[in-house]
Amino acid sequence: MSDDRTDESLERAADGTVLQKRVDRREALGLLVGGLAAGAAAVSACTPLNAATPEERELKLLEWEQFTQKHYRRMTAEERAETIQRLERLAKLHYNVDVTIATTDAVPGVLFGYAFNISKCKGYRRCVEACINENNLDRRADTQYIRIFEKDKGVVDLNEADATFQHEVPVQGHFYLGTQCFQCANPPCVPVCPVGATWQEPDGIVVIDYNWCVGCRACMAACPYWARRFNWDLPEVPPEEVNPNQHYLGNRARKQGCTEKCTFCVHRTRQGRLPACAEACPTGARVFGNLLDPDSEIRWVLANKPVFRLKEELGTEPRFWYFTD
Amino acid sequence: MHFRAFLLSALRAVTSGGRRYHVWMGCLTAVMLLGGYAYFVQASHGLSVTGMNDHVSWGLYISNMAFLVGVAAAAVILVMPAYVLHDVDFSQAVLIAEGVAVSALVMCLGFVTANSPGFPWKWWRLMPVIGLLNWPDSMLAWDVIALNGYLVLNLTIPFYILYSHFVGREPEKKKYVPFIYLSVAWAVSIHLITAFLFAAPPSRPLWNSPLLGPRFLASAFTAGPAFMILLLGFIKANSKYPVGELAIEKLATVTTVAAQINLVMLFSDLVFEFRFPTHHSLSARYLFFGLGEHHALVPWIRTAIALNIAATVVLMAHPLRRNPRWLMPACATLFVGIWIEKGIGLVIPGFIPSPLGEIVEYTPTWVELCVMAGIWALGLFVLTVLVRVALPIELGHARSPYLEAPPPARGVRPRSTRPRYEDVRPVRTR
Repeated sequence: MSDDRTDESLERAADGTVLQKRVDRREALGLLVGGLAAGAAAVSACTPLNAATPEERELKLLEWEQFTQKHYRRMTAEERAETIQRLERLAKLHYNVDVTIATTDAVPGVLFGYAFNISKCKGYRRCVEACINENNLDRRADTQYIRIFEKDKGVVDLNEADATFQHEVPVQGHFYLGTQCFQCANPPCVPVCPVGATWQEPDGIVVIDYNWCVGCRACMAACPYWARRFNWDLPEVPPEEVNPNQHYLGNRARKQGCTEKCTFCVHRTRQGRLPACAEACPTGARVFGNLLDPDSEIRWVLANKPVFRLKEELGTEPRFWYFTD
Repeated sequence: MHFRAFLLSALRAVTSGGRRYHVWMGCLTAVMLLGGYAYFVQASHGLSVTGMNDHVSWGLYISNMAFLVGVAAAAVILVMPAYVLHDVDFSQAVLIAEGVAVSALVMCLGFVTANSPGFPWKWWRLMPVIGLLNWPDSMLAWDVIALNGYLVLNLTIPFYILYSHFVGREPEKKKYVPFIYLSVAWAVSIHLITAFLFAAPPSRPLWNSPLLGPRFLASAFTAGPAFMILLLGFIKANSKYPVGELAIEKLATVTTVAAQINLVMLFSDLVFEFRFPTHHSLSARYLFFGLGEHHALVPWIRTAIALNIAATVVLMAHPLRRNPRWLMPACATLFVGIWIEKGIGLVIPGFIPSPLGEIVEYTPTWVELCVMAGIWALGLFVLTVLVRVALPIELGHARSPYLEAPPPARGVRPRSTRPRYEDVRPVRTR
């Protein structure tokens, strides 16, 4: 229950001096005793009995309820409403921000698809930036869902590409290819989960119940596109930068020790908007839409452009295509 | 009444002993405390104190787990001959093998716990009904069942047999033999399932091989019996327990054959990866030769192969294998060699390079090393306790004080072959 901790132990975790300091025997003993005390604090954090202020008491109660909450897909409508209320209140108590967490279900008749124009992308990485802000990605670990690979023209092999480039773009003789979660129709990451914390929604988006995830990372080992990220630490977003427009299955605050991934901005796209990356792209390289709508732009691209997908031979059926002009 | 006496006798057996015994248990406790402290640091600060990252998302913990599942499964090498085929030479050693399985499983579960973020309280979500066990889809869910089930089997069968002897009864075959058959099948399946956990997803070419399951079994039947030879050798030298010359000799033969098969499979893998290297060979290239300036694992895997070949060659020479002075070091070498090959040399390179071709190397932190040492100490502690409790009962020294008549001369399974001991000197404890 790494998320249920007192402020004191959070501070301790943040500065990390316990880990880096060289200690002599006496200090080590002190640390051990301190560790035991912190352990007692962690245990007491789970019981709502001995809290000092009403606010602390509330926080502990909410965290306990969060720890025991049901799997998202097994909740009744009332339980969902309660959960959302709790999460919104926790966001207020933890980060002092007012957020709205939606539970919008998939819209019938919608299946999301994405197409990426490698002739147009110039490697500006505005999509990456937009994604970080939109999805409240951990600033401390610098989590990014999108990778933009710079590649020599004529080489398709990703092993020869560079995703960490730090120079002016575009560079002559190169092209750029972006990856993120491809929301595969046959996702290898879903069946491996021992607790069923990740699944595919009817609109094709593969989602995670962050509260149900136990953090075993089997899904990370199973993904052939390196789309999943893990919260090794407690994620940090400055309160003034938090995007308050959230979805339970999307960009709400993640706890420490759970996996997360791109959801095609589920909180936006289920309201008929574009994902943040597609909206932010200055070159128009990103095409997003409903695959079931014959008049959508994505259907036009698939019908009229030469398209390919990454590692198609694995049979994962990504809903993310690459194309050229 | 008998049960209380059993517990008291067990407690007496594990708390009394010579100085060497107490020093040994004291050292293990110290290492366990260190590991416990490191685990506490990790559980309260988060997995960010480990060397694992988004690229290499499993590290030392899962490596050790994969290795130890093999050690646990290897008990079948003794269980099957002793109970199913009625091999007389293994009738004494088999209880020890089951003890090894139990302690290896305790370590496996310890490593799974260590690999998980925070404290393990959230695992109620794995329980059927109150939680959601994603079975039969998830290979990990299979593994949860397999490991825990095997642990229960290996605890209850020996307990039933020991307890029966303790109260002066002959264990009833029809009560335990069905479970023996179950445990034989279960032993093979725990290791195959653990192999499939890695091999099934198409994401990691190094693991995604039909050879992985058989290779796991071959290496398990090498490392497991090698460890049991060491342990039986130690017991033989330090107690009156009739281990049996032939038991060790037969185990040595099994180890030798399995070690040879393991090398054949390694060779087969190498040919497959390097005769015509494709992009799928990149992880293997990283492991054996390094990629560019990244070659952290190269010394490890080369050491492992050198150790395995050297030990196998020694074991293949009959005179050397029959000489404990060669046999014991060879088994220790083999155990370490397999541990490196299967742990560090399999799990970690599977993540390097990443599926998108990026190379991020992995170095364990002091937290991981301390937790690992602590879990190994825990396993050895459990093993010592189990052996300590079992030996006096099997030697006929520990008997329920509530027995009316002196226990009839009785046999361990199989009945007809057990040597009878008139000599009731206490166990030599030193």
